[in-house]
Amino acid sequence: MALNKRRGRRPPENNNNKMSFDISLVLSSLPLLGMGALVTIEITAVAVSMGVMIGLFVGIAELSRYGWLRVPAKVYVDFIRGTPLLVQIFIIYFALPVVIGARIDPFVAAVTACSINSGAYVAEIFRSGIQSIDRGQSEAGRSLGMTWSQTMVNIVIPQAFRRIIPQLGNEFIAMLKDSSLVSVIGFEELTRKGQLIIASTYGSLEIWTTVAIIYLIMTLSISRFVAYLEKKFNGKGKKVQ
Amino acid sequence: MSLSLRKFAAAALAAAISFGAAAEQTLKVGTEPTFPPFEYIDDQDKSNVIGFDIDIINAIAKAEGFKVEIVKMPFDGLIPALLTSQLDAAIAGMTITEEREKKVDFTAPYYDSGLSAVILKENAEKFKKLADLKNSRICGQIGNTGIDFAKKLSGNVAAFNTNPEAFLELRAKGCDAVITDKPVNEFFLRSQKEGLYAEIPEFAEVAQFGIAVKKGNDEVLKALNEGFDKLRKSGEYDKIYSKWFHSGN
Repeated sequence: MALNKRRGRRPPENNNNKMSFDISLVLSSLPLLGMGALVTIEITAVAVSMGVMIGLFVGIAELSRYGWLRVPAKVYVDFIRGTPLLVQIFIIYFALPVVIGARIDPFVAAVTACSINSGAYVAEIFRSGIQSIDRGQSEAGRSLGMTWSQTMVNIVIPQAFRRIIPQLGNEFIAMLKDSSLVSVIGFEELTRKGQLIIASTYGSLEIWTTVAIIYLIMTLSISRFVAYLEKKFNGKGKKVQ
Repeated sequence: MSLSLRKFAAAALAAAISFGAAAEQTLKVGTEPTFPPFEYIDDQDKSNVIGFDIDIINAIAKAEGFKVEIVKMPFDGLIPALLTSQLDAAIAGMTITEEREKKVDFTAPYYDSGLSAVILKENAEKFKKLADLKNSRICGQIGNTGIDFAKKLSGNVAAFNTNPEAFLELRAKGCDAVITDKPVNEFFLRSQKEGLYAEIPEFAEVAQFGIAVKKGNDEVLKALNEGFDKLRKSGEYDKIYSKWFHSGN
């Protein structure tokens, strides 16, 4: 094998070791990062919606007097909350296909992992919300002749839901940030888009700063929206009283 | 009493300084250890990184009288780490490209490489040459030159953090081909006993690997180049080469 002499081309000496911020790199990357941000919102919205559905059922199951409902719910919550989301993503994307013998699409894997993860946290939010409602409320329902499930659906859950809006908002924000972990399966959401741009431009400073600001804009918007919802629902509650 | 104590302290300090000066300089060298045969985790001793690159940098260090500390990190983190001086050098089967030369300096090339594509054997009829991969989904490693090549070939390219992950995706039929450096593909093919894979018999792009240092770090660059020259002259390079690429190039 021949080792050729180094090709003569040598870029002009650039001793500019001072920190420089290349704003044009930021601007040229914005469309790509924006696309990534949309994907991030998409996975987060799907994951948290699924998570709320899973969480509602699992949260109620955790309070059930039937062991066959309560035990699996508890095991699910413990397993998911006791293991890192990153590991759960690896299991779903790289390990599960070996077992089922079929490939899983990155989007499906990303959304599944995040939904299952979110479901466990939302279940705990619902459980604590339901438990925080005064016993007298369900007793009142039952004494009016409602069944247990009627009491839950009509009396307890609506009150609990209002109380847990701030926690659900937190969960949404946490999931939005944690969704960056699906970048490890090559799924191109905001963080991955940033990594890919850096891999070809090496602009770590510019790109990571921009990515952080985009996340910040998204999380701040959500927390404002949650604060608005909280105010609105609490206002209504007061009027009724 | 206090005078003798001071004397003692001065002597101790002098000893410490001279000891420090005598101690060999340690070079922090970054690599991404999922790239066999250039750098990968030793099967026997999982804490150890082995490979062609590791032998080369250690031999250079020995010839030049400094020590090497191998730092494992993601491939796409190597150049940013050089830029921020967290590493003194990076040896990671890194192709010398114009784009990279804008950010870092490279030593003289130490290995002639090129890209190739691995496909599933069952698709060997479908993909006979690289151009057949047009419009197919192609996998690779983030930051690897194979990704740039794949992007020219197809609009559907997925970059994973490591090569083994890209091969897993190929096995799961998530993509039709993995494009990366030919020696890496061939090492992979040799290591697979099930015979699921095949290589498209065509060289994609000729490339040369270099050791990267921070731009303007001429001291380290000079030491690495001098050390490498010594290896070439002493025959040490050929020994290391045949150890890792006995089948010839």
